[in-house]
This record gives sequence, structure tokens and C-alpha cells, in this order.
Amino acid sequence: MDSTIDFRDTPLTTPGMHRAGGDETTSHNQRQHIDLFYIYHIYSMSFGIEEETQMLEKIKKKAEMFMVSIVCAVLLSPAWAVASEVITEVPMVPEVDGAGWWKWPLILLVVTFVMGIIAVLGGVGGGVLFVPIISGFFPFHLDFVRGTGLLVALCGALAAGPGLLKANLANLRLALPVALIASTMAIVGAMVGLALPTHIVQLCLGGTILGIVAIMLSAKKSTIPDVPAADNLSSALRICGIYHEPTMNQDINWKVHRTPLGLATFIIIGFMAGMFGLGAGWANVPVLNLMMGAPLKISVATSKFLLSITDTSAAWIYVNKGCVIPMMVVPSLIGIMLGSFVGVRLLKVAKPSFIRWMVIGILLFAGLKAMHKALTSMGIL
Amino acid sequence: MSEITKEATQEQLLYAAILEKGMFAGLALMFVTFALYVFGILEPVIPLDQVSAYWNMPVGDYLAAMNSNFLHQAHAPTGWAWLSMLGKGDFLNFLPVAILSGVTIVCYLAIVPGLFARGDKAMGFICLATAVILTLAASGLIAGGGH
Repeated sequence: MDSTIDFRDTPLTTPGMHRAGGDETTSHNQRQHIDLFYIYHIYSMSFGIEEETQMLEKIKKKAEMFMVSIVCAVLLSPAWAVASEVITEVPMVPEVDGAGWWKWPLILLVVTFVMGIIAVLGGVGGGVLFVPIISGFFPFHLDFVRGTGLLVALCGALAAGPGLLKANLANLRLALPVALIASTMAIVGAMVGLALPTHIVQLCLGGTILGIVAIMLSAKKSTIPDVPAADNLSSALRICGIYHEPTMNQDINWKVHRTPLGLATFIIIGFMAGMFGLGAGWANVPVLNLMMGAPLKISVATSKFLLSITDTSAAWIYVNKGCVIPMMVVPSLIGIMLGSFVGVRLLKVAKPSFIRWMVIGILLFAGLKAMHKALTSMGIL
Repeated sequence: MSEITKEATQEQLLYAAILEKGMFAGLALMFVTFALYVFGILEPVIPLDQVSAYWNMPVGDYLAAMNSNFLHQAHAPTGWAWLSMLGKGDFLNFLPVAILSGVTIVCYLAIVPGLFARGDKAMGFICLATAVILTLAASGLIAGGGH
């Protein structure tokens, strides 16, 4: 359960760096590091300077990417290997393999534990990792994986929500109108997702996960976006606030703009959250931050809190349809929670760029696996 | 209406307090109910050694198979049917899930009177509308058909 908000992605902004006219963004640390590395590399190449230090950097980079691949493979291969043995046609009165019933809950516990660590270190929600990985590499049906994924994301949001609200980082006035739209559409998404054939949902899930990878690779963030004037709707609803930014040692008076457009975007986000059982933090934050202009910390915290409402509505649809198997739900929640606790302790020593690339690698792999699984069941592959 | 300050509003703090209590209650109960289930203290509908044969089915087939093999009821157990089976280890685990999924509705209903009392009618109506939608989702009235 990703009960910790990761602000490591917040750009290192100083008052001097913060431009007056509208800072599009100062990218976050690891991205800045990578960009600088490439700029330096290209610059050096163009002048024909091939120094030993560069060679070492290149080797280091390649080794890092290799390690990412290895970790992905090691993390996922046992589940994949056993999953391929188990997925079979299931008769109405199923055959019982009673001896090893505990095997899958135990593997689920271990994998979700690792997932909890990665989610905290990578600054992503548990749900976005849970659904593609568990549906791709475990024998559980997608219906139950989505139901469990929503509960995983919901519990993460419930655990983080109270603290964020009390600290006034999650803003109730910003969340309430968004939640009305997102939770309504999450219900529609859940109903559509449960009515569609599994292979179609799996195919769309794979496409969505690959889209999330693209967003993670390209999306920028803005610590304090420039909002020249609040729009009429946000003024009427008094969506604004004040928070203290310690990196600048000043109180930030924030407001939002483009509220109607932002709310309209949450129609799609809510729908996708309900349909795939994904937490929607990956989409909430860019919309709140870049489109509506809420400060990054307010956006991240409000997004996390928002999931407790959006996922509640979709979770009820899955619960009422019977998509809850306690033997899946409880080990997943325990695993994610314990992993999150360990992840928080590892935050100080973890290497952000490695973790970020590992999350992207895992999601890419899981997204392709979901598409492969769907296309295979459709007879295309 | 209240001034905008650095501090969280009264509604926000009330919401946070209820959410926190509900979250802790739900999670604590989940550990207890799962222990009762997994250690065999309460007999489940689907025996532990058979559950792995069911979780790879689509939910419609799963419910039909469970009903056909164990429950023998007129209809497969959907919606709030789990309430009548709380004596079974597996269905008892629906109780903490319902608490975790339901606490947000309570939070919403708790802050509505304060919003109206302070003249914040727009937010009051938004809260009320969301609470109605969440309650409808929880009621099972708007759940669509499975496949």
C-alpha cells in the first residue's frame, strides 16, 4: 500500500530558479540528471572528445539498464513459469489440486511485498503495478484482479488520506468537484469493464499500460505553475488555498484555472480507473498540476486522497458483482502494506533513476504481456 | 464563509478524522476475519483446498459454480447476499471490505450539514450528490450484468 507520498520527483527549486513569467517546469532530479548526461554526451561526441570518464559513464548506464532488465525478469519469471502451468479450461465443476492451494496466495504475498517497495521508491500507486502484473503473470481471472487492484489502491489512499488532509496538502475543495465526476464515471467504467469480454478488456489494459509508460517517459511537472487568473467556476467554488513550501521557505497562495476542461478530463480518467481497476494517480497528477495549475505537492496529495473516493465507487460495483476473493485480497493488501513500510525505509538509500527505470521496465513488460495474452486468446497470435 | 488560511478547514479535519477511524477499523477487522478464515476457525463456503480451482474463472462462472457446488440457492450470491453468510469464513471477509469501501460515504454525509450551515451551498450540493452516487453504487442497484 503506497501510503507515502513521494516528493522526490519534486524539482529542486530555489527562489532564483523560479521564473516570474510562468515556469513551464524544472524537471525532477533524476530526469535532470539523465538529460544533463545526454547533453554532455552529445556535446562531447560533437567535439570528438572521448575521455575515460565518459566511457565509464556509458558502461555504468548500460550496466544499469541491464540490471533493470534482470530485476524485471527475476521478479516476474517465477510467477510466469507457474502461471503457464495453471491456466487451463475450467469446467463447471472444477478439478481440485488441493495440495498446493497455499502456493499462489504465498507467491502473491511475496510479489505484492516487492511491489509495495517499488511503488514507494518509484513514486507510483500500488494499483497501477498490481493489475497489469498480477493479471499478466498469475492464474487469477482479470475480473478478480481488477476488483483486488481497486481495493489495493483504495486502501493505499485511505491510509494516506487522513494525514494529507490534516496537513492541508490534500485540498478538499479541489477534490470534491473532481470526485463527483470521477466517481460517477468510475461506476460506468466498472460496469462496462465487467460487461465486455475479458480479452477486449485485457487488450485495452495493455494499451493503457503502454500509454502510462509513455506518460511516465514524457510528462513534465511544475512545482508551482503560473496561474494568471482563476476561472469563473473555480472562483465560484472557491477552489484555492495557501500552503507552506519549505524549499522556498514561503507561503504559496495558489488558485486553479481551466477548471471546466480539467473536470471534463476526469470523465475519461474516472472511466479508465473503474474499467481497469487501476488507481488513477498517473493521470490525476498531470491534470491537476499541468492543466489546472495546482502546485505539484497539492496535486500529488489531492490525487492520492481523490483515489479514496473514485476507487470507492468502482470498488462497490466489483464487490456487488462478487469480484472479491478474500484469499487474493488479504495477502495482496498485507504484501503491499508491508512492502510500503520497507520502501519508506529504503527511500534514503535507493537510487531514484534506477527505480524509475525499473518501474517503467516492469510496466512496459506487463503491458506487452497483457496485449500478448489478449491477442493470443483472440487467435491473432 | 470562512477565511482561506494555511490550516485545514473544519470540514477537512472532520472528514480526515472519520476517514482515519474507518480505515483503522476496517484494516484491523480484516486481519481478524482473515485469520478466522485461513486458520479454519470458521468454515468457508469454498474449502481452502479447492479455492484455487475457482479463481481463474470469469466472475459469472465462479458464482454459478460456487452456487451449484456448495450453496444450492435459487440465485448466485451477488450484491449484499454476503450479509446472510457472515458465519462462513470466506464471506466474513466481506465485512472489512464493506467498511473500507463505505467509510467515504459516512465522511461525505458528516460534512454536509457544516457546509450548508456556513452558507457553502455549492459544495454542500456537490457533497450530497456524490454521497447519493456512492450510496447507489454501494446499494447494488446500478451494478450491470456480468459476463
